[in-house]
Amino acid sequence: MDVVTLSRLQFAVTSMFHFIFVPLTLGLVLLVAWMETRYVLSGNEMYKRMARFWGKLFLINFALGIVTGITMEFQFGMNWAEYSRYVGDIFGAPLAIEATVAFFLESVFIGIWAFGWDKVSKKVHLLSIWVVAIASNLSALWILLANGWMQNPVGYVLRNGRAEMVDFGAMLTNPYGVWKFYHTIVSSYTVAVFFVLGVSAWHLLRNSNPEFFRASFRMASYFGVVVILLVLFTGDYQAEVVARYQPTKLAAMESQWETASNVGIHLLAWPDSENERNAIEAAYVPGVLSYLAYRDVNAEIKGLKDFPKEDRPPVLPVFLSFRAMIGLGTFMAFAIFVSTFFVWRGTLDKQRLWLRLLIYAIPVPYIANQLGWLVAEIGRQPWIVYGVLRTSDGVSQSISVSQVVVSLAGFTLLYGGLGIIDIYLLVKFSRKGPEEAQPAAQPILKEA
Amino acid sequence: MELQITWFVLWGVLWAVYFMLDGFVLGAGMLMNVIARNDAEKRVVINTFGPVWDGNEVWLITAGGATFAAFPTTYALMFSYLYSALLILLFALIVRGVSFEFRGKMDNLGWKKGWDMAILLGSLLPALLFGVAFGNIFAGLPMDAAGYHGSLIGLLNPYGLLTGLLFVGLFLQHGALYLSVKTTDELKERAEGIAKKLWPALLVIAVVFLAATAAATSLYDNYFARPELWAVPLLAALELIVVRIMVGRGKLLKAFAASCATILLVVATAIVGLFPNLIPSSLDPAASLTIFNSSSSQYTLTIMTVVALVMVPIIIAYKIWTYRIFRAPVTVEEVTADDHAY
Repeated sequence: MDVVTLSRLQFAVTSMFHFIFVPLTLGLVLLVAWMETRYVLSGNEMYKRMARFWGKLFLINFALGIVTGITMEFQFGMNWAEYSRYVGDIFGAPLAIEATVAFFLESVFIGIWAFGWDKVSKKVHLLSIWVVAIASNLSALWILLANGWMQNPVGYVLRNGRAEMVDFGAMLTNPYGVWKFYHTIVSSYTVAVFFVLGVSAWHLLRNSNPEFFRASFRMASYFGVVVILLVLFTGDYQAEVVARYQPTKLAAMESQWETASNVGIHLLAWPDSENERNAIEAAYVPGVLSYLAYRDVNAEIKGLKDFPKEDRPPVLPVFLSFRAMIGLGTFMAFAIFVSTFFVWRGTLDKQRLWLRLLIYAIPVPYIANQLGWLVAEIGRQPWIVYGVLRTSDGVSQSISVSQVVVSLAGFTLLYGGLGIIDIYLLVKFSRKGPEEAQPAAQPILKEA
Repeated sequence: MELQITWFVLWGVLWAVYFMLDGFVLGAGMLMNVIARNDAEKRVVINTFGPVWDGNEVWLITAGGATFAAFPTTYALMFSYLYSALLILLFALIVRGVSFEFRGKMDNLGWKKGWDMAILLGSLLPALLFGVAFGNIFAGLPMDAAGYHGSLIGLLNPYGLLTGLLFVGLFLQHGALYLSVKTTDELKERAEGIAKKLWPALLVIAVVFLAATAAATSLYDNYFARPELWAVPLLAALELIVVRIMVGRGKLLKAFAASCATILLVVATAIVGLFPNLIPSSLDPAASLTIFNSSSSQYTLTIMTVVALVMVPIIIAYKIWTYRIFRAPVTVEEVTADDHAY
């Protein structure tokens, strides 16, 4: 393998690993903040125990999100020096702004939250978790605006042998970046939803702290209903944005070879890139793709054959990832609605089979999130900046195959080990359950 | 032209503040196994910086991000040229970060011993490697129009290692003083004792470093051209002496403050000497990366300047506030009582 392939593989390994931890952070912090808000408003100690229990799991997860994030910033320069030099004038800004406006806030206030239970007032403590919640989501905004720029470069001119920023506002309002943010952020929340549902289900099956976990389950399912509707809505919109700005990605997502009007989708299909056609095509639903992409059943969709071969992304992985993501998303919507129905009917404890299923559903949103990124990043190929710079032209000139082989092996081993430990600890502390409720008189003494 | 200079100063400030803040975490991490004699004491050491280490490390992220945004060519070449060294640095920082969180999560002797070792290596290696990397930058990297001609082993030259040793020494002293302020009783006494013992060694390293810098680098050229600049290294030396005086008088908070100032001024000394280079070339002065030939456009620099002018004071304000919240020393009783502490 060459440096380009190895560096791409390394970027995939490190960013996908990073994105195991980020989505849980983004959603769980909102739930913990909500729990603590209820504690402060009602004075009910159970909500404090909830914030502490789920907060502890949040922190175990957060630690790996933080440390693997440093890698992300370093490796643009390490492996993609030509890219960094060429686009740094515009791409570096959102990364630097992310650190100054968001990451600082998040890192400082998580310290106050984790260590400040007895050091700051209830209200300041509550404020600190909300700051973490807002800052971590704000952090995602800047990172996704940066990624959105790679997908749909705007606000720049090619000058002095590089891309120079001329319109900061265009980057901030880049439709691709904005919709990518919306869709990524709400999709991330599904991870927290299924995490809380699954862990609560485990405890409800064992009748441990039933009131505590019923309340947790209820919050997650209500949150889930809102979130999954937003996932569907933003996903639908993002497809429109893809159609407008990245026609090659859209064509690969649906394995559409020929340009045509009134294009539908085949519920069953299997792309055959070599012969530029689909080996299998069945169960055709007319007009759907045209409608989803342009809100018009008769709209024209550009097929892959309309683009030179060297400008097309690999079709099979994009097509399969997209299909699988949609499938898992549909399952998640179903699971959330059913769970909420049981909550609403008050029959949750009796649905043992369903509760067991929810434990095994914890990985589903993780996988769906990763698949979404595969569609986004493989679908952008062969470009590192769509239409402007090819991935193969972005790699560092000064690094050798052996260097990247060593670093890729190192990352795989280190991340693999840390990932196993992290999952082990998450399982351990999830099973352990919340702290014992304190006798009624004691909390008052402790607060004093 | 002026914005490049503004960003050069900011670049220096970001590194200086990073070393001042993470310096005591790295130092305390290196010293943990020496100063703490049992598990509870080790937890005290980790909890002295528990609430703040993460926010301190963000200064490094920001220094990296600022290099990317303001001097993209330098960012690209520095990070790809120093690939293998940065990789080891990254692994060490990753391991250090998770070890704080993971160490206390299992009551198992082997588990804890493993993480103790991880904290030691995760603190020692970054301190040393930052020094080695900056020593090589001071001396210039072997690069010309054709690219980079160095290697990982090449970085481990005497001057690079000497700078590494200086960083380790500075951070050890800094960490010992931090622990002397943030702990009580026996831990405090041990930390104070170590700070006292380290000081002469640090002084020797600093003198050797200053002499070697004259031989190995061109950092002093700017000082000979503008003699008033000598005030910066002189102040650095003065602060190092103040550290010893304050330790002698038992005024440990003041000693720690002087140690903060020492680190800031040592970085300032180097930055003043580098100007206008970010990374000099040891082969061909024309191939040096300067703030003028590697910077972003004026437009980008203007936006970044506005962001920095608005955000940096806010960041400093809430960071000071946090340090005030957690200003009390950490005790064994407190750590064993609180479930959320590391």
